[in-house]
Amino acid sequence: MTLDFSWSFAAQISPALARGAGVAFIAAIGGFFVALLVGAVLAGLQRSKRWWLALTGRWLMELLRSTPLLIQVYFLFFVLPGWGIVLEPVTTGVVALGLYHGAYVAEAYRAVLDNLPAGQWDAAHSLRFSRYHAYRYLMLPQMVLPLTPALGNTFITMLKDTPILAAVSVPELMFAANDVGAQSFRYVEPITLAALAYLFMSGVAALVVWLLRNWIKGRYQ
Amino acid sequence: MSEMIAFDKVSKRFGDTVVLDDFSFTLNRGDKVAIIGPSGSGKSTLLRIIMALDGIDNGKVSLNGEPLWHASAGKNLIVPSRKHLHRMRSLVGMVFQNFNLFPNLTALGNVATAPHLVLGLSRRDAEARGRALLEQVGLGDKLDQYPATLSGGQQQRVAIARAMALEPKIMLFDEATSALDPERVGEVLEVMRVLADERDLTIVVVTHQIGVARAIADRICFMENGKILEQGAPAALLDAPQNDRTRAFLRAVHLS
Repeated sequence: MTLDFSWSFAAQISPALARGAGVAFIAAIGGFFVALLVGAVLAGLQRSKRWWLALTGRWLMELLRSTPLLIQVYFLFFVLPGWGIVLEPVTTGVVALGLYHGAYVAEAYRAVLDNLPAGQWDAAHSLRFSRYHAYRYLMLPQMVLPLTPALGNTFITMLKDTPILAAVSVPELMFAANDVGAQSFRYVEPITLAALAYLFMSGVAALVVWLLRNWIKGRYQ
Repeated sequence: MSEMIAFDKVSKRFGDTVVLDDFSFTLNRGDKVAIIGPSGSGKSTLLRIIMALDGIDNGKVSLNGEPLWHASAGKNLIVPSRKHLHRMRSLVGMVFQNFNLFPNLTALGNVATAPHLVLGLSRRDAEARGRALLEQVGLGDKLDQYPATLSGGQQQRVAIARAMALEPKIMLFDEATSALDPERVGEVLEVMRVLADERDLTIVVVTHQIGVARAIADRICFMENGKILEQGAPAALLDAPQNDRTRAFLRAVHLS
């Protein structure tokens, strides 16, 4: 049993791991923006006054939340081509992460929206704002700050979910680390470096959230 | 038609609680009425119905001679069309106990956004109107400040300017001075008085602060359990109340 950490080997494999980290980051960022959109659509559907739209939204959200991410990835990659829809592996990853986490983002939107003081809507109605204007200029801007903790968490969770995309041959970080290990029979360096890379990327995300929160708070005071 | 607000046998319940009970009430253009009474007596709901934020269960409510709400027993409320609601609301402005300013907009943004988006004024004209109103309420130097940086009295003056910016004919004040420090009540009261006089507004003030009612109103109604039990000129009602319940309420308020 050897646990000696070779710096030179670590240096030698870091370009390959950095590429993997880059792919993971791109998949997570892409998925994040898809999730913001999917969440908005699902939350919007559920707030619809037409019962069948609201029900569809609810049902879609439950479907996305109650099935494993891996199954959704497989579905997009192996089932959709049967209907003529062929997605690249990374695109598959972005869409799958976006759909799966979009369901949770929808819940976050809903919670924050429900928690806006009722007085804000009273004021908006009394001033005759249309629904669209009220959301666009009054409610959505107020939602950003309370949403940041949940959305920051979502991004970090998505980042940590990217290894699942290896199942459809997305060359992300864990895929790269595994590859190095399988070829060299050394796992200490690739796994350690991969862990550090996830830590680093999560740290950057947390920093961005922190900066954003402070910027917003500073603006309104 | 000089009848600005008319309630005709209006009933309103929340679950088992009767908020308005066969309630009739008329206000002519330019009237300034204060409604006093214990909390839970239906005062705020009255204002919310005039602002079309709440409907009714029975009876009829008209503003400026046009029906707003109409409901009869056993039948559903006739919900006004969005267009009609929009038009009726254009008659009315409302000021809330907790100000309800938009925290993401500056003082000027709070006042000028609705004239721009709702009335279709150009941004420049809307801001000119907002600036003039904020100057009139003594906040000409706070245009670019966000609500969180303003005192309660200042926030409420912004809220009054915001409602006035849409040029309503009726202004509703729902406990507008109740959340303020006592020494701040005067500044808001002064603004209410000046605006009311210069624009010939019809005003309904709901309050449990007797001083506020006396300062603003030319008629005071005492309301309890969804009914007006007594009404009259301020001096008559406040200094020589006829109804036992009114007397008890006034005594309790003076003691507190």
